[in-house]
Amino acid sequence: MIDVQDLVVSYGTATALEHVTLTVAEGEMVALLGPNGAGKSTLAGALAGLLEPASGTVRVRGRLALIPEGRQLFPDLSVADNLALGGWRSGRRDPALVYDLLPRLAELAGRKAGVLSGGEQQMVAFGRAMMSEPDALVVDELSLGLAPNVTADLAAHLAELNRSRGLTVLLIEQNARLAFDLCDRAYVLESGRLVTEGPCAELAGDPRVASAYLGGAIS
Amino acid sequence: MSAFLTYLLNGLAVGCAIALIASGLVVIHRVTGVVNFAQGTFAVVAGLCVSSLLGLGIPHGVSELAAVTVAAFAGLLAGVAAIGRRGTTPLSSLIVTLGVGVLAYAVEIVLWGDQPRSAPGLAGSVTLAGARVQTQHLLVIGVTAATFVLLALFFGRTYLGKALTACASNPYAARVVGIDVRRMGLLAFALGGLLGGLAGVLVTPLRPISFDTDVTLIVNGFAAAVFGALTRPVVTLAGALLLGVAETMAAGYGYGSHQLEVALGLMIVVMIVQASRRSTLSQEVT
Repeated sequence: MIDVQDLVVSYGTATALEHVTLTVAEGEMVALLGPNGAGKSTLAGALAGLLEPASGTVRVRGRLALIPEGRQLFPDLSVADNLALGGWRSGRRDPALVYDLLPRLAELAGRKAGVLSGGEQQMVAFGRAMMSEPDALVVDELSLGLAPNVTADLAAHLAELNRSRGLTVLLIEQNARLAFDLCDRAYVLESGRLVTEGPCAELAGDPRVASAYLGGAIS
Repeated sequence: MSAFLTYLLNGLAVGCAIALIASGLVVIHRVTGVVNFAQGTFAVVAGLCVSSLLGLGIPHGVSELAAVTVAAFAGLLAGVAAIGRRGTTPLSSLIVTLGVGVLAYAVEIVLWGDQPRSAPGLAGSVTLAGARVQTQHLLVIGVTAATFVLLALFFGRTYLGKALTACASNPYAARVVGIDVRRMGLLAFALGGLLGGLAGVLVTPLRPISFDTDVTLIVNGFAAAVFGALTRPVVTLAGALLLGVAETMAAGYGYGSHQLEVALGLMIVVMIVQASRRSTLSQEVT
């Protein structure tokens, strides 16, 4: 579904991603872990077609939607308008489908997106991505700045969509615990290079991963 | 008293024409971040076109429509020059629009010569509360009011209008959902051309237009747009009306040669006030 081969992305003379190879099969939920500045959001941008690779290939079968880091809503527009614009690619204008999925959004429909709480904004970003009726979803930092119960709620929705509709998910996270709970496999990206990959159960037992991302303890 | 009312209504009509120019500036700036100094050119192109088309015996309505369409196309071309190349900064684009304006001088002189041209508008006048007003002035006011209502409906109610607002609100997010921000910018330039063209066809019957009339138009339009911080159409309209009335009053009461200075003076005062207000705000934040 998502197939990245030998990808290099540069900003001017600085290389953000160096020869990254990563695949996500149809219906799979895969995590991408890494510290700040590792190049995670660059990879997200390349997958969404927002950045041109310097070399290598990015192949996506079907439609891919991105929930970008920091939500990136249209603050001056209403929630309903934010959602409607999410359907730019699919041609879907009516957010009813998203309201079924996330009923809270129906209550917020008339509010301006810029005045909502972080959790509500993330929910709008989630709904907006779903409006494009994606086959694959890239979620860049789902949990960043959110209360644990809000994150858990959104994660549950994500897992449900993966189960019921076979939505392919690439979860880009710093919160390894959340990523390991949700996903079967994970990649670890550091300074633009993939340093390790494997099933989450194995990675959680890797002392290097445990010390860097799980605070040294494996729960 | 009736002279005052006449000046007031004439001033409102002048202000409306300024508002159309300024609204084009605002539309383009909101969507692309570019201050388009070729905005006055669109009005000149439309004004010169309408004078030629009417001169050829093409009927009213068709001539005006064709002239406005040409202006919209000129807007699109200016947009291609200003933002067509990926990664052009708004400041570079501003310089390009200045260049487009100068290039347009050459084209206009070749096609129409350097003498002012006029065009017949709505003939006659009406008396309102003792004040005599040219019918063309009322037409300008009516068309401007309708245009602002349509613009508000377009941006507030239509999907395309909201997509344009989205580009202004968060260009990165617009790209994330798949909106082609550059194409939307070109659309904004075409819309700016159309609004400028509308001003041109309405003004040409009132005051003859020549290739360099764009300077007066852009100074006035920019003054009004700055009043609305280049982003707020309604405040821009208010600024334009104020400017139109102030200029007409100045001319009416014997300071006719200082009209442009009134616009420039007002613009400078507004810019100073806005700059000081902004620095006060940033001081409060820090």
